[in-house]
Amino acid sequence: MAVTLSENAAKHVAKYMQKRGKGIGLRLGVRTSGCSGVAYKLEFADVAEPDDVEFESHGVKVLVDAKSLPYLDGTELDYTREGLSEGFKFNNPNVKDACGCGESFSV
Amino acid sequence: MALLHIAEPGESAAPHQHKLAVGIDLGTTNSLVATVRSGLSVVLSDDLGRPLLPSVVRYHEDGGVDVGYEAQAEQARDPRNTIVSVKRFMGRGVRDIAHRESLPYDFEDVPGMVRLRTVAGVKSPVEVSAEILRALRQRAEHSLGGELVGAVITVPAYFDDAQRQATKDAAKLAGLSVLRLLNEPTAAAIAYGLDNGAEGIYAVYDLGGGTFDISILKLSRGVFEVMSTGGDSALGGDDFDQRIFCWILEAARLKPLSAEDARLLLTCAREAKEYLTNHGIAPINALLNSGERVDLKLTTEVFTEITRTLVAKTIKPVRKALRDAGLSVSEVKGVVMVGGATRMPQIQHAVGEFFNQEPLNNLDPDKVVALGAATQANLLAGNRGAGDDWLLLDVIPLSLGLETMGGLVEKLIPRNATIPVARAQEFTTFRDGQTAMALHVVQGERELVSDCRSLARFELRGIPPMVAGAARIRVTFQVDADGLLAVTAREQTSGVEASITVKPSYGLSDDEIANMLKDSMAHSKDDAVRRALKETQVEAQRLIEAVQSALKSDRDLLTDEQYALIETAVTRLQTAALGDDRRQISQAMNDLEAETRTFAAQRMDKTISKAMAGRRIEDLAGDETGSEKTGEHA
Repeated sequence: MAVTLSENAAKHVAKYMQKRGKGIGLRLGVRTSGCSGVAYKLEFADVAEPDDVEFESHGVKVLVDAKSLPYLDGTELDYTREGLSEGFKFNNPNVKDACGCGESFSV
Repeated sequence: MALLHIAEPGESAAPHQHKLAVGIDLGTTNSLVATVRSGLSVVLSDDLGRPLLPSVVRYHEDGGVDVGYEAQAEQARDPRNTIVSVKRFMGRGVRDIAHRESLPYDFEDVPGMVRLRTVAGVKSPVEVSAEILRALRQRAEHSLGGELVGAVITVPAYFDDAQRQATKDAAKLAGLSVLRLLNEPTAAAIAYGLDNGAEGIYAVYDLGGGTFDISILKLSRGVFEVMSTGGDSALGGDDFDQRIFCWILEAARLKPLSAEDARLLLTCAREAKEYLTNHGIAPINALLNSGERVDLKLTTEVFTEITRTLVAKTIKPVRKALRDAGLSVSEVKGVVMVGGATRMPQIQHAVGEFFNQEPLNNLDPDKVVALGAATQANLLAGNRGAGDDWLLLDVIPLSLGLETMGGLVEKLIPRNATIPVARAQEFTTFRDGQTAMALHVVQGERELVSDCRSLARFELRGIPPMVAGAARIRVTFQVDADGLLAVTAREQTSGVEASITVKPSYGLSDDEIANMLKDSMAHSKDDAVRRALKETQVEAQRLIEAVQSALKSDRDLLTDEQYALIETAVTRLQTAALGDDRRQISQAMNDLEAETRTFAAQRMDKTISKAMAGRRIEDLAGDETGSEKTGEHA
């Protein structure tokens, strides 16, 4: 069971966290919604919850709640540039089908 | 794949802002709610896995309310407080309701929409429908886990303004925001994916429990247009049960039945009907309370034979709807089947034979309307993908117009005009110095106001006093995408304005619509004659008013003899205008015009000399052409 960040993603997360000035790490998760069933959650983490599973990747602490983990296991969070915009991207091996806009997916 | 950004804890943007939207088929017998999940429309079932919600509401003394199966179970025991088929009462006055003597309800005869007296107090059909919608909303929020942003609710294509407005009001009462009211046949067509590149004419054949509707749709470049509608509001699957019931009575030679035995046999009849959908022969076994035993076998052949007239009764409106749309059978590209009763093989067969093609029936005919509504709701809520842009165009079931002098109807928006639509026309004042105008909005096909249904009345006040015919009042009729009408009247020179949104207290029944259409065809010649007569009478009245006004201001120009002659001609015209001989009125008008010709010329001279008084010829010569012309005449 693991969730990782690419080196590039870790660099950007560290930069954003420094700018923000607080927080213990990055929280990844999923929740049910959207047109294809499940959507990603990508947030700063200020506190760890009891059922969180912690990972460490390139110096960044990643928190994933236990319920989301099965959906995210094996995922690598990357930071890329697509056309004019750049941002984070989930490379999730569990995804079977994503909606056209990519904001949600089904497993 | 969209790129994401890190959010503050707990503030991750939900995809598409978590827009949960549903489609609701608010039916006469059953209602359903559906939504789009993972790109597919699905009907949401209740906790027990039942997709349908019977459209039945029961009121308790303590104010409690049962909706659906629970209410339906008590229908026989508590008929007065158990409201079934409330859809038939939506937007109707008590007089609009057919067979109200045979219904178990305690109607309250109030102006506007009918009310029902129950143990829990007086309820309007809007409140009863709201209970059904509330139950569906709760089901949806429970199963989707969030609040709904809105719903698309389907209504029959023939629903008039009052009925649509009542449906919207019910949704508001149930806490639902209505994204759009959608015509049921259009929803069915969407469910079949006919929006995806399909072009051409499609027929939607909808045989429900108690109603039959046929709609002819035209699809072009993703635009839906309802070309015509028709049907029979008292024909449905229940009538087929009734035929089997009668057949049982005859075949088993039963004595007159008790109410309980009758209900038992009706249930047997329905079961036999459903069994015959997939079998060639259905057993009918029952032990009656009277001790008699029923043991019969109903074959498909017999069933087809005893219901032949019912099936034929559905084909007649189909033929008429095609004729209304100006189309032939061969132009219909596909036929969509809606309603549980279309499962019957003889219906499938008859429809297939009439249209010369296999009807589309691979979706559940009970769910197809709700599924289409859900698709539309999903789009309207903003959950659209690329290429999901399509428009829906529906039509107005009956022409909308304005009453003009003499009780005539000036149609502004013709029947079957696609909506949304806005039409404007200019009207003028009838009398000198008229400062207000009463506007009477009517709906119907006939030429006279008295034969159409009144929708609303309002007044435009503050028109500056002018001579008759000088004011320019622009009246605009605007019908929005939900089929609701707003009327605005604006006097062009002064800018005074008045408007009304038509929320009529009650509307037309589909029977009435059917009758009014029939009437208009049967009476079209008659109407034309009456219209011509009315127009002449109005014309005569105007002439009289003009002459009288002139006599008043310029009496001094006439000798007593001339004055008397004109007076006589006026009186003669007045008498003629009261009668209904159009030729006589025209003759009297000609006479009066001849009699006043010199008088008119004298008046003109007087006006001109007044205009020229105190001016010199040289000044006049330098004037604009208009004045020079007048000068020549003088």
